[in-house]
Amino acid sequence: MDDLLQEFIAETRETLDAIAGEIVLWESNPTDRARLDAIFRFVHTVKGSCGFLDLPRLGRLAHAAEDVLSAVRDGTRLPDTALVNAVLAIVDRIGELTEAIAAGVPLDDTTEDLLIAALAEDAAPVAPAAVGPQTRTANRSVRLAVDLLDQMMAGMSDMVLARNELARRLRDQPIDPRVEGALERLSLTVGEMRDTITRTRMQRIETLFSAIPRMVRDAAAPLGKAVTLDIEGADVELDREMIELLRDPLVHIIRNAVDHGIELPADRRSAGKRENGRLLVLARQTGNQIVLEVTDDGRGIDVDRLVAKAIAAGRRTEQQAAAMTEAERLALVFEAGLSSRDVVTELSGRGVGMDVVRANIEQIGGRIALKNRPGAGLTIELQVPLTLSIIPTIIVGVGDQRFALPRQSIEEIVALRGQAVRIDALGDASVATVRGRRLPMITLGRVLGIEASEPTALVIVATREGDYALGIDAVLDTEELVVKPVPPAIMATGVYAGQTLPDSGLPLLLLDGTGLAAAAGLRFAPLAIASEEEEIVEEKGIVALLFDDLDGQRRALPLAAVDRVETVCASAIRRTGGRLHLSLEGGVIPLVAMAVPPATGQVTLLRLTDGFGELGYAIDDAHEIVTLPLAVAPARGRPGIAGVVMVAGEQVELVDAHALFAGELAAPGSGPLCLLQCDESGWMETFLRPMLEASGYRCATRLAEGDRIAVTLAMDDDADRVDRSHPVVLLRRQPGLSGEPGVYRYDRAALIAAVAAGMEVAA
Amino acid sequence: MSALFLIAQIAGRWIAVPADQVDSAVDIGTVVAVPRASAAVRGLAALRSRVVTVIDTRVALGLAPTPQAGRAIIAKFDGHFYAFLVDAFDDVFPFDPMPLSSGLALEGRWGASAIGIVERDDEPMLVLDLAALVPGTLAVAA
Repeated sequence: MDDLLQEFIAETRETLDAIAGEIVLWESNPTDRARLDAIFRFVHTVKGSCGFLDLPRLGRLAHAAEDVLSAVRDGTRLPDTALVNAVLAIVDRIGELTEAIAAGVPLDDTTEDLLIAALAEDAAPVAPAAVGPQTRTANRSVRLAVDLLDQMMAGMSDMVLARNELARRLRDQPIDPRVEGALERLSLTVGEMRDTITRTRMQRIETLFSAIPRMVRDAAAPLGKAVTLDIEGADVELDREMIELLRDPLVHIIRNAVDHGIELPADRRSAGKRENGRLLVLARQTGNQIVLEVTDDGRGIDVDRLVAKAIAAGRRTEQQAAAMTEAERLALVFEAGLSSRDVVTELSGRGVGMDVVRANIEQIGGRIALKNRPGAGLTIELQVPLTLSIIPTIIVGVGDQRFALPRQSIEEIVALRGQAVRIDALGDASVATVRGRRLPMITLGRVLGIEASEPTALVIVATREGDYALGIDAVLDTEELVVKPVPPAIMATGVYAGQTLPDSGLPLLLLDGTGLAAAAGLRFAPLAIASEEEEIVEEKGIVALLFDDLDGQRRALPLAAVDRVETVCASAIRRTGGRLHLSLEGGVIPLVAMAVPPATGQVTLLRLTDGFGELGYAIDDAHEIVTLPLAVAPARGRPGIAGVVMVAGEQVELVDAHALFAGELAAPGSGPLCLLQCDESGWMETFLRPMLEASGYRCATRLAEGDRIAVTLAMDDDADRVDRSHPVVLLRRQPGLSGEPGVYRYDRAALIAAVAAGMEVAA
Repeated sequence: MSALFLIAQIAGRWIAVPADQVDSAVDIGTVVAVPRASAAVRGLAALRSRVVTVIDTRVALGLAPTPQAGRAIIAKFDGHFYAFLVDAFDDVFPFDPMPLSSGLALEGRWGASAIGIVERDDEPMLVLDLAALVPGTLAVAA
């Protein structure tokens, strides 16, 4: 808001200075329409800005003057001297008030009613109030046209290039140390100057964010939704041109989130969420990239429906859809006309979809990524460069020529040596298989018609249509380049995105990944060439997080179930409602611990989610992310363990995420207690106990203080010792006839049923 | 009406270029080829920390390529700098340009870029519009 206010003050001052002459001329000739219009425009603008900036006093004055001037323009009032004086008094007053706001000093408002009254048709002429000494604070800001800034920036780029050339030429010959010193100083100054000038183009992203609260409110209210908005990182600075270019995509994404993402309060309640949807808009700088994240906790993208729509629309065949990876399925949302919503609402879904958003972002050299949590929300991440003109690139060589490739379009670079990559000829086309992923391949030398040896490296280029592999001779360098547009004659080739003059002094062309693919005749069928056979061969075990559990065991959990790892205060863990719970951000989630968690200090915690529910899993320490082998040895009688796998020669227990969420695994000491009436044989301890524990019961052989027994288990020949005040399950050693009391001790199903029945009686 | 013209030689022929089109006349250095570009685009060259597009004037006029890129006339069109290869320069002279004589049949692409005639010591020379030699603009004009 401060920025906007400063801008308003600067603009008002400027216009006041500009119309000072007009005012004098209007005074001498009140019928002069052009002057009248100029003054009318001024008060009109002030009025508009005041409404926006919440400056009611100024607004009232401007409004009154506007009314009168509008009447004069319509011819309903004649501009006599009294009227002119009254209007001018108001214009003066606006100037005084503006200065007062700028200086932050109060200004007496007693005369304002008089000023406004003087505008009335029958008002007695007022003597112009004596203007006190105006306290005008020195103006510390200058308003510049963006064009001028652009020229400065261009000039700066030239200067950098000239310095580079000078340095290069001097390097070629023996150099006087004094010249070298001077050159170094010049380099330093030029570098600093470049930073300063770059900064003049920078603006806080706040200017973009300040409109969001209102936008969210306006979007949510008509839909009957309530949204809590959080904004972080408003002080991140960004090229002002970039801010303008981000405005539309951001508006679209936020509206989408409110409209499609966040559910109606009733739906949220039934899904176990808070009624108020949460929307987090976050900006942060990483290197020379700005990351913008919009996260909602709504329903996320229904990928299955998206795929179904793509099939229904004839974009994909069912076989193609079946062969798609999860990421590819999700990426369907970027295809024109494939909205995940069926209903067109007031806000979005009118044909302008994510495809346009992505195109806009890519146009400015950015990338867009989705993190979908079905049922739990969606995060859209925009990554854009800080400025438009300086681009990080990778210099590649082909034949004796070199070219630059924008780094943001490069997914990775792989050497053609070794086993990781295979190239097959398919007719006259080539296909590269990189770690099981098949990509159409083109050779840069062939596309550009340059004599070159066989490629030694592949650049995986990501374009909007699809990814492909580009064969090159060598990766030479990485460099940040000041890129300028190429002339139309070169633009016509369609394969270059710009030109630059690097330190080498030889012009360098920036390749356009999309253009290259088109020039090579690559057609990206909606389906990337993905082979089912390959998928099966390449099928790998699940990716899992390896950690040390509280009981000292090394265990693994499927990574897909792990939302994040975090450290919480031990005091946030409480035994409530008969089991462990963790208080978090005002809510409470169930907590699983394989041993009693520490009571003080910090506890490391895995936040697990299956997309809907959430639970915590207390651990000792998280280790690394590993891909588990396919072979999992099943575990028997171990509660919550799906099996045992080998990781780096070590046996690791794989936690059964399903059991965790199914609630089969109770925290120690929290499940219903079975009292085992042991005899000397030890059968109960060794045979019965693990089976009961695997079923989620707690077992004890003798009663500790405060324990409440749910069911007692005893052998039938030991029945007389049993305390009959609780349900009792008697076990027979021999399979007997039906009708006899008790359960045969190896009739597993009957035994479980009997214990469960006892539990119900106990409850 | 007398105007200033730069006299240069292309493929053994003397021609005149309106001086207001000319930014400078220089010797250019290494030319970096631009694959896939029109044949008339010889490549890119660095000129005082600026990248210029080198136009092979001979190719643009429908002749065989210039054997060695050396001298060039620098001109700026639409914010882009171009270097037009020539064999040699003479100097800048004032002339009274005359319209192309009717019935003059110009070979190749000369016709598209010739905009008049000037006479030096009774020797007529074609006045070339450099802008018409830039491949992109030719296409637009056509």
